[in-house]
Amino acid sequence: MKIKFWGVRGSIPSPGPNTQRYGGNTTCIEVRTDDNDLIILDGGTGIFPLAQTLLKELPVTAHIFNTHSHWDHIQGLPFFIPIFIPGNNLHLYGAFDPISGAGPERIMNIQMQYSYFPVREAEIQSRMHYLTAMPHEVIKIGATSITPTLLSHPVVNLGYRIECRGKSMFFTGDHEPYYNIYESGDDGYAEYQALIEEQSQAVVDAIKGVDILIADSSYTIAEYPSKKGWGHGTFDSCIELAKAAAVKILYCTHHEPTRSDDDLEKVFAEAVARHQCQDLEIRLAREGDEFYIK
Amino acid sequence: MPEISAELSKKISDAVEKMPAFPKSVQRILELSRDINCSPKELVSVIEKDPVMTMKLLRIINSSYYSFPKQITSVNQSIVFIGLNTIKNMALSFAVIGVLPQKNAAGYDMQRYLMHSLITASLARILCQKFNKDGTDPGDCNLAGLLHDFGKVVFAQFLPEEFRLALKYSADNNVPLHIAERQIIGVDHSVVGAMLVEGWKFPKNLSDTIRHHHDESIVNSTMHDCLYVADQLSKHKSLNNGIDRVMPELPPAIAARFGGNLEEIIVKLGDLSNVVAEAQAFAQTSKEIHP
Repeated sequence: MKIKFWGVRGSIPSPGPNTQRYGGNTTCIEVRTDDNDLIILDGGTGIFPLAQTLLKELPVTAHIFNTHSHWDHIQGLPFFIPIFIPGNNLHLYGAFDPISGAGPERIMNIQMQYSYFPVREAEIQSRMHYLTAMPHEVIKIGATSITPTLLSHPVVNLGYRIECRGKSMFFTGDHEPYYNIYESGDDGYAEYQALIEEQSQAVVDAIKGVDILIADSSYTIAEYPSKKGWGHGTFDSCIELAKAAAVKILYCTHHEPTRSDDDLEKVFAEAVARHQCQDLEIRLAREGDEFYIK
Repeated sequence: MPEISAELSKKISDAVEKMPAFPKSVQRILELSRDINCSPKELVSVIEKDPVMTMKLLRIINSSYYSFPKQITSVNQSIVFIGLNTIKNMALSFAVIGVLPQKNAAGYDMQRYLMHSLITASLARILCQKFNKDGTDPGDCNLAGLLHDFGKVVFAQFLPEEFRLALKYSADNNVPLHIAERQIIGVDHSVVGAMLVEGWKFPKNLSDTIRHHHDESIVNSTMHDCLYVADQLSKHKSLNNGIDRVMPELPPAIAARFGGNLEEIIVKLGDLSNVVAEAQAFAQTSKEIHP
């Protein structure tokens, strides 16, 4: 299984001299299974350079898994050039939105409205297939299984576990560790605490034993208190999650848009130093990096 | 027991989607959702006091799109699973529909309905906390109390003329309302309430409890008995504006569970003035939002 990072930045594209080494594109990860099936995790701006490489292998069949519908995870979709070329087959998977009552078909339909984009969704030339992904319901692509898990974010967010021929990875999309909405003296505190402990364990179980975990580590623990409820994790929460789930390699991603490359390396090293990690390798996700799970 | 036709069932189920919520919760949700830092606890307490919002929220959360490993029966659970901001926006989407009119063509008093539902919910929870021996969740009993008469709101909103006749028949002939509903509408509110929660994968014991909340003859569960007693107790003068009514005898099996009849149970429960005060605070209609 090959994995390549095309976008590792959170929130908004952040080009410029300070982000040159780690990259400024927003979330997009290419996964090639051993059978060369193409799975794309999220359509942030990183999907645009990825699209360029696909023009050499037309017709393309791509399975795009959207973790959630916030801008930085969908922004590149209308620029995913294969959608405009007849003969390509594109599958977009995503969560059911309880407010609009719609699945992933709504994402591009809204993005590609007349006022926002010159081409309407109805004018797409390739074959688009939309599929609402449901938690725990395994999606099969050839020999590959993809299992969605509900995580914690201000909009419905699905993490995806991908397994193929004994190799496995998990991508969180955006995820903040669960926290209690009650104060310790409140009536509902204990009940809520039990609920979040159960749910946190369910997340650990969903990730259990993967070769690679790619996780949202937007903040440092010092930054986190003022960002509580924004739906993102910290380097430390990701390391703890990876350890609890007995993951082999953790990639920290969704880098904060104002964080320079030097700062990113500094805060990352500080976080890693706080933890005992004998069986866990921790890396920073970097745009353009690719690696194989063997 | 009379059943409901598939056509009417679909009509009612669809109608609930468009049903507005109660004035006080609509007003509070509109206020809370303007504040980016609104208190999550308050959001929970508003939603869980409104039978319409609770019904709509749990129906969506328990839909097949999320296939949770277990059924979700509380607003807190919904927040843990689906996230605070999403629940807040769902509540806002319920609030913007408008408010349930205080006056309806059936002449049914919505404020009294809400008072009764809130008091019954609290009593069912307290009874469960005190008397349950089999691990039944007091929160689930609270939910059963909150939603047990939901069928009446549905009738008032969508079959107002038939429901008006049923209310009149009940008063004129001194028969219980559910008997009058069966006579006039062909189905009673407990069947309609149960149907609404059944179609959406709510826990089976909840729909059974709602369906049988006027039945004494069936084999009883803790939840059923807590709701049954709470429903009766809510008519006690200490909880019902001092209106003195003769309290009926409980079926022996139910009386045995709670160690006595209604008058004895109410003594065991102690001071319930809080239950009434809380319900009143919420059921009271705010003037500004009155349609």
